[in-house]
Amino acid sequence: MSDVPESLPPSEHRYGRRGFLVLVAGGASSLLWAGPVSSFLSPLTSAASQLVGNLFPVGGWRIYTISGSMPIFDPSSWRLEIGGLVKRPRTLTYDELTALPRAEQTSTFHCVTGWTVKNVHWGGVRFQQLFDLVQPLPRATAVRFVSLEQPYEDSLTLEQLRLPDAMLAYRLDHQALSRPHGAPARVILPEMYGYKGVKWLTRMEFVAKQPRGYWEQHGYDQNAWVGRSNGYRS
Amino acid sequence: MATGPRARRLPRFSRTERALHWVHASAFFVLFGSGLCLYLPSLAQLVGRRPLLKDIHVYTALAWLAALALVLLAGDRRRLLADAREIDVFDDDDLGWLHRRGNPQGRFNAGQKVNTIVTAALAFLFTLTGFFLWYGERNHAFRLQNALVVHDWLMYISFFLVLGHLYLSLVNPSTRHSLSGITRGWVREDWALKHHAKWAAEASRED
Repeated sequence: MSDVPESLPPSEHRYGRRGFLVLVAGGASSLLWAGPVSSFLSPLTSAASQLVGNLFPVGGWRIYTISGSMPIFDPSSWRLEIGGLVKRPRTLTYDELTALPRAEQTSTFHCVTGWTVKNVHWGGVRFQQLFDLVQPLPRATAVRFVSLEQPYEDSLTLEQLRLPDAMLAYRLDHQALSRPHGAPARVILPEMYGYKGVKWLTRMEFVAKQPRGYWEQHGYDQNAWVGRSNGYRS
Repeated sequence: MATGPRARRLPRFSRTERALHWVHASAFFVLFGSGLCLYLPSLAQLVGRRPLLKDIHVYTALAWLAALALVLLAGDRRRLLADAREIDVFDDDDLGWLHRRGNPQGRFNAGQKVNTIVTAALAFLFTLTGFFLWYGERNHAFRLQNALVVHDWLMYISFFLVLGHLYLSLVNPSTRHSLSGITRGWVREDWALKHHAKWAAEASRED
């Protein structure tokens, strides 16, 4: 403005706009470095997050639970029951599951809360392998997945489970699935938001009518297509 | 401190300034509340209705930006520019005040200047990261992996900033009269002389 002197007396400094620009530059540049910093701090924030109800970001991933604690996987006692509308119900041990032909894939993981982890390497079993094992009856249209973390459950149609990158994963980034990621096995369908991928899986039930899962009962969409559901529009 | 109906009043914040403050404050609380319900599983579980909450969050952000623009367009821009200039300049008294030497202060003390600058930067960065979150869902080329992490960090910083702001304006006995300036537009002269001596002396002369 015309009434403002160009130069200030020596006792006055234009720190305001300088401070604003420094903050904006620092904040905008953090779009590049926030991920690695967040990963570096994750051992600390992860512990703190568990203590106070998952308040803090943990690396690229956020670990959510609905009960406040994560189920513990015991390889000697864990079983995966596969039943419902099938010809041959089966109960698999961890060794039996991992002995099935293994599939590998690298895909992007999208959470409905807005975060994304790219280039996630999964190892596990294609659902068709399990279908061949138990032989679903013609009436079966969907599978209900039940978690050890009660009362979490969700479901996917057989058609969705036959998508080429749908998988029952038991390995993440070349290691056995860890407890926060749903050990020993979790459902992966990269085209849908993560809440459809039941973690700490213990039961698969083939059903005639697709039931509403835990989050669907709280208003989330049954078909959680990334970018095309839950208020997101392509 | 002198009190009572006879205490002189000094006009402190104009309608435009108060409108700007309350647009910002009310939007913050709606955005903070709806954002937490989207982000924290425990709250998401309690509230449910995710698409509705998401619409509330996004449309409040748009309404906030539109209301800020409206205040700038329809309000007293001369006054707002004067505020911006005042906040931009830190004199030796401001620096002394920040070093807790109790130097006399102008209409904005140095802490209020810092708060305003940080808040303006946060507003800009919230808008930037919020845009990437919103548009990244529609066009995955704009989906920045770190946008949500930064959006969350900004939320934590704002939360503690607002907490301190609320403490000083609502709880702390010696500063809470400042609330009168941003609600009714005036403050008592005796309070102003104690907390904003340079401005109060000038304002009293003009009065």
